[in-house]
Amino acid sequence: MAPESAAPARPAAPAPADWPVPVTGWGRTSASSARLLRPRSYEDAAETVRGWALPGARGGIPRGLGRAHGDAAQSAGGAVLDMTALNRVHVIDVATGTLLTDAGVSLARLAEVLLPHGWFLPVSPGSGQVTVGGAIGADVHGLGHRAAGSFARHLLSLELLTADGEVRTVPRGTPLFDATTGGLGLTGAVLTATLRLLRVETSLLTVETERAPDLDDLLHRMSTSAPPRRYEAAWIDLLARGRSTGRAALLRADHLPARELPSRARRAAAALGPGQGPYPPRQLAPGPLGLRATGAWQGLRLRTLPRTGTRRLCELDAFFHPREAPRPRHRGGLIRYECLLPYEAQGTLERLVRRLARRGCPAPLALLRRFGEGDPGWLSFAAPGWSLCLDLPARLPGLGAFLDRLDEEVAAAGGRVRLAEDARLRPDLLAAMYPRLTEFRELRRTLDPRGLFASDLSRRLDL
Amino acid sequence: MKDAFGAPQSLLVLGATSEIALATARRLVARRTRTVWLAGRPSPERESAAGWLRALGAAVHTVDFDALDTAAHEECLGKVFAEGDIDMVLLAFGVLGDQAHDESDPGAAVRVAQTNYTGAVSAGLICAQALQEQGQGSLVVLSSVAAERARRTDFIYGSSKAGLDTFAQGLGDALHGTGVHVMVVRPGFVRSRMTEGREEQPLAATPEEVAVAIESGLRRRAQTVWVPGALRVVMSAVRHLPRGVFRRLPM
Repeated sequence: MAPESAAPARPAAPAPADWPVPVTGWGRTSASSARLLRPRSYEDAAETVRGWALPGARGGIPRGLGRAHGDAAQSAGGAVLDMTALNRVHVIDVATGTLLTDAGVSLARLAEVLLPHGWFLPVSPGSGQVTVGGAIGADVHGLGHRAAGSFARHLLSLELLTADGEVRTVPRGTPLFDATTGGLGLTGAVLTATLRLLRVETSLLTVETERAPDLDDLLHRMSTSAPPRRYEAAWIDLLARGRSTGRAALLRADHLPARELPSRARRAAAALGPGQGPYPPRQLAPGPLGLRATGAWQGLRLRTLPRTGTRRLCELDAFFHPREAPRPRHRGGLIRYECLLPYEAQGTLERLVRRLARRGCPAPLALLRRFGEGDPGWLSFAAPGWSLCLDLPARLPGLGAFLDRLDEEVAAAGGRVRLAEDARLRPDLLAAMYPRLTEFRELRRTLDPRGLFASDLSRRLDL
Repeated sequence: MKDAFGAPQSLLVLGATSEIALATARRLVARRTRTVWLAGRPSPERESAAGWLRALGAAVHTVDFDALDTAAHEECLGKVFAEGDIDMVLLAFGVLGDQAHDESDPGAAVRVAQTNYTGAVSAGLICAQALQEQGQGSLVVLSSVAAERARRTDFIYGSSKAGLDTFAQGLGDALHGTGVHVMVVRPGFVRSRMTEGREEQPLAATPEEVAVAIESGLRRRAQTVWVPGALRVVMSAVRHLPRGVFRRLPM
């Protein structure tokens, strides 16, 4: 037995609350450690940010629910401000459809609060587990970008905690507003936001799902959808090769006006369990079967969809906030590659999809959408064009170099890669993709000369 | 900052003239690395290596570093880390020594041990501390397959690498969960200047192959990398050979 005086080497006490912990994005790539702080009030948050100016501190970055796949919400050696404790909904103006809320509230929670009043969020991204602040910082878009634009379009003003520890009210139309929307939290932490809401008459959507047997057919269907629907997206099967390259399930949806509400609507809505969206079957992970067999099986499953869509009804909540897929468990993490190609560069899009299909990418997600007019955010992603969003297991051999080549093609075609999800972009391509980058850098230099708000993403890409 | 595939943007090489280190630096510069710090004793080779990497497009700085002068490590490495974040430290210095000569010259043997082990412990701890403050980074330690089992023909070198190997493994465990990644690389016989004139052994590799293995290890955040990979299997068998049998093996 060791004598009592031989103290154990390991500290028995639990680590202090602000001990550095490993932080990653949703894709679980490139972990870095930071102190995770959870301010309970605006003053608390301002106090923390003022502390970053002390010598030796390495700055920090606000973080919401951490649904971004890349390294946008981590700050190696610094602090991560978990904003989710600031989650009060302040005012809902039911007459005009305006909302004042804390930035830490999730969109799913807002939808829950708003729907009984006949209002809904104008933009719903793929997950409801996104905070308002995160939605502003990433300037999220949903399935209905052509009709609704991205999140910032519906934002009237916001309150921003900047690097000097002051809270500024930022109205629409100012440079700071344009830098903050899509600004990845680098201008400061959003504390509150005033939003314009979308009027909905019912809590139902009419949804059509149909199948496109190949890429040409898919692009044709998406280009000539008449009448235009508010929400539209295609789930591409990247395991399909040869003639059926680019086969996809196409989903279109619209809000159901009250006058079209059928008498059996209640029953139809009840038939869908909570969290059961009308989405096409999830892509399979090629297990021991191998890519070919999985692709064939997936093709069979796609064939269960009708060639032309038939209408069915779906609850808003089930549609926009389906039971969330569990956090990706892929060894080595998951890379989300989201790129935008202008409509003129449709040839590049076709080439991209064919190259991905030839390579045999077991992508759990491959989503194609059409985007409408962009919003003024300087680093905002959306612009008119095709948006292709892929999830790829990071351990695919040679994936880094492959995506670098895709980047070059995208940049050459006048497109861009989404920063909010990025974990691997080459810094020198950035200026070509985001022409207003110099303005953003300048504004940051004057607003935050010491770079207190800094994330791994901003350090990697020198934003 | 490293990207999702572990490719660093800034690299610090300890042991600026190591061929493995330069092959690795060259591969990483082709990926994402923009800044390279070459730490080593001042020599024409160091300058030519720097010029060579500059020609590939990296910003290369040289810094005077002597593994044997452990008292100066803190200052000279501190200077590097003060200039900006370092995403990857490649601890590549080491000497092979001359076993036959060193056995009769303890002073020379001690120099091998001090370079390979004591110097590396000092530099490794300083770098680990700095990386931990950054909250991220990789420390890649070049060990050797000779560290796995003592051999008659190079046990002075082998024992120093065994110490380094154990140190690096422990450091990796100590830094687990801090965002810092420690990777031990165990190459077999590498055809390079260091082994020139020696009889080549089975499963030999080139510095380029070691560099490829390091790059893929970074991507996987591997803790141990054998080069070539088959050595892992071979050595797990060799490790358990009775000494009487091992002694008679022609190696």
